[in-house]
Amino acid sequence: MKRLKVFGSLVKDSLDTITHGSKRYHLWMALLTFVMLVGMYCYSIQLEHGLSVTGMTDRVSWGLYISNFTFLVGVAAAAVMLVMPTYVLKDIDFKQAVLIGEGLAVAALIMCLAFVVADMGGPSVLWHMIPGIGVFNFPNSMLTWDVLVLNGYLFLNITIPFYILFRHYQGKEAKSSVYIPGAILSVFWAVAIHLVTAFLYQGLQARPFWNNALLGPRFLASAFAAGPALIILVLAIIRNFTEFKIQDKTIKKIAMVVTVAAQINLIMLISELFKEFYAPTHHSESAYYLFFGLDGKDALLPWIWTAIPLNVLATVLLTFHKLRNNFKVLFFCCFILFIAIWIEKGFGLIVPGFIPGPYGKIAEYTPTGIEIGVTLGIWALGAFVFTILAKTAIGIELGKLKYNKKA
Amino acid sequence: MSNNNKKWFSLNLGRKEKVSSGSCSCGKTSGGCGTSSNSHHMTDDEFAAAAINASIGEERTKDGFEQVFDVKMDRRTAFKKLTASLLIGAGAVSTSCSVISGDESREKSQIDWEEQFKGNYKLMTDEEKQATVDRLVRSYQLRTGKTLSMSSKNAEEDVLFGYAFNISKCQGYMDCVNACVEENNQDRDSQMQYIRIHEMKDGKGFNFNEADDNYYHEVPAEGHFYMGTQCFHCDNPPCVEVCPVQATWREDDGLVVVDYDWCVGCRYCMAACPYDGRRFNWSKPEVPEAEINHNQHYLGNRMRKKGVMEKCTFCVQRSRAGKNPACVEACPTGARIFGNLLDPNSTIRWVLENKKVFRLKEDLGTEPKFWYFMD
Ligand code: SF4
Ligand code: SF4
Repeated sequence: MKRLKVFGSLVKDSLDTITHGSKRYHLWMALLTFVMLVGMYCYSIQLEHGLSVTGMTDRVSWGLYISNFTFLVGVAAAAVMLVMPTYVLKDIDFKQAVLIGEGLAVAALIMCLAFVVADMGGPSVLWHMIPGIGVFNFPNSMLTWDVLVLNGYLFLNITIPFYILFRHYQGKEAKSSVYIPGAILSVFWAVAIHLVTAFLYQGLQARPFWNNALLGPRFLASAFAAGPALIILVLAIIRNFTEFKIQDKTIKKIAMVVTVAAQINLIMLISELFKEFYAPTHHSESAYYLFFGLDGKDALLPWIWTAIPLNVLATVLLTFHKLRNNFKVLFFCCFILFIAIWIEKGFGLIVPGFIPGPYGKIAEYTPTGIEIGVTLGIWALGAFVFTILAKTAIGIELGKLKYNKKA
Repeated sequence: MSNNNKKWFSLNLGRKEKVSSGSCSCGKTSGGCGTSSNSHHMTDDEFAAAAINASIGEERTKDGFEQVFDVKMDRRTAFKKLTASLLIGAGAVSTSCSVISGDESREKSQIDWEEQFKGNYKLMTDEEKQATVDRLVRSYQLRTGKTLSMSSKNAEEDVLFGYAFNISKCQGYMDCVNACVEENNQDRDSQMQYIRIHEMKDGKGFNFNEADDNYYHEVPAEGHFYMGTQCFHCDNPPCVEVCPVQATWREDDGLVVVDYDWCVGCRYCMAACPYDGRRFNWSKPEVPEAEINHNQHYLGNRMRKKGVMEKCTFCVQRSRAGKNPACVEACPTGARIFGNLLDPNSTIRWVLENKKVFRLKEDLGTEPKFWYFMD
């Protein structure tokens, strides 16, 4: 009974916090709401006319939605890089950052699920996929694995921070014996969501571009670069606009994680490029299309040739301690690394899988305005969710939100 | 793969062996595998054990069996209805509850309701299959005033369909493509075609990269030869493995089919097919009323809706009625041969035993039941 009362008061208090804020905050939320509405409008058009309003065709049957989904799974998985040292190794530094990281994971997972739903041809029969009610093709289909691990991870990432915040809200310490097992579990889980998502593509013998053993590990490396890079940027913003204290030491430690992951990612990229171009086979054609274009069709060229230099530049800059410890350089690096990996692990990965087609047909893919609208809408949704979560969490951590403060 | 030492193909014909080894090629839940109701229960029990092991819950064994809503209304059924209705929104509900609606529209919405919440065809009993077919026929009648015949005929025993394509004979006339579109009620707007005819240059071998599968000129063009592709009805179909909801499966006579009403439109199967065999309804399929083929099969050429996957079914409505697929019948050159692989006197068997046949991308282990040969 008492718990319920506390919970009710927490909801009321957090509603109070998220509806109050500076002018900038309101402007930000209004902007996000507007973009979300536009996205919803685009989605309603898609619902009415079917997926034909997107750029996808029988030749390239996955596009922007699945690309973003793939990338965001990586962002979600990256929260683990912060969870581990904080909860398990008792590294006090990370304690504040980790709540932010987990909030980011929750937002990213919600976006993932939204992208999957947006990509479905029949959202009205999605209940066919609910285990127990529909028919769940487990364990044969990797997609069912993905549904399980993603939802499990979402659950973990909601419950752990919620427990901690709930305790802090009541002015009590969170018991480590309760959350540490959960935290350890989520460490393994994060690796799982990313590997399983990679296996989704890796397991298709029909698509040689994906059917390669390095895909999974490379997913992990790029995720552990892009995710924490985003966390650094978010922490920088939070540090600037709120009273929430985040020490330089924390950011520097995360920067270390980003650097190592980016270096490993680069090594794997070189290995991949070597394999595709040293002794090119019939199966290297997708890579050729991606990097050089085939038969004069070269829609992805500008993208990939933006991504690769950005990736290399960021990795090189980060490698030097002097540069990395300069926050201006660090934030810049994180930004370009994030963009680079978004391109590379997004449509730089998905689209070439379909080009050339099973019989060598080269049909290109360009997203339509509606597709882009829905995509932006879902990103806005993610940002919206994250802002709400972060604002509440920060309020509690700063002690502004407290049970029975008024009484 | 196959233990019986047949020289002419390496399909695994002994389906029982496969079941006992726990890897039935039609997917994990082998409910649709057995034709007799006996084997049906057997496989279901086996599957139940596996499902519990995988800790999904024993409820799965029942999936798709509780089709008739008015009869059973246990907790699960109620929950099923509830969840689904939340998902489809208020639209269907409001129509089905409308007070002013007459008998016919009441019946129509009743049908729509039951169709929306029916189970997976693969797991249905024969009566349930008949019921859904009856509903679809009635619904068509209510909407258009016309009748159609729809079959729910199951696979026959001792039948395994196979196909052979004579590359020497094909002249690229595309009569097969047109016959297929007419027979199978494909969307005319997007010009969906199951068959692709690849025009290749003489002297370059089977070079698909330089082939043209979208030509608009007089055929046969000088210095070219032609080769058709479609769904090959793989005996080990990757498209079936990946489907998250088992909306696509391999029937006992070897046909790989899709339940258009169960498909959620994720297009994972499309990515998994190495042969470009699948087609997706990107928008609502349109077929002019006058051109509709009214002789239909639930798993074959019945009308599709938007957002679902479809593919060549070897014209299940024809092949299970003892006829040749439309493409075979339409081909003016006799390049297409279809028949029962288990019948030693069939033409297809003669071709496989006497011609030098090959299949595409054999290295992928998909075991297509579609062979090419030359005179
Ligand atoms: S050809 Fe493609 S669609 Fe047909 S059975 Fe094989 S994998 Fe499935
Ligand atoms: S598109 Fe339909 S048939 Fe294909 S995998 Fe998805 S649900 Fe299954």
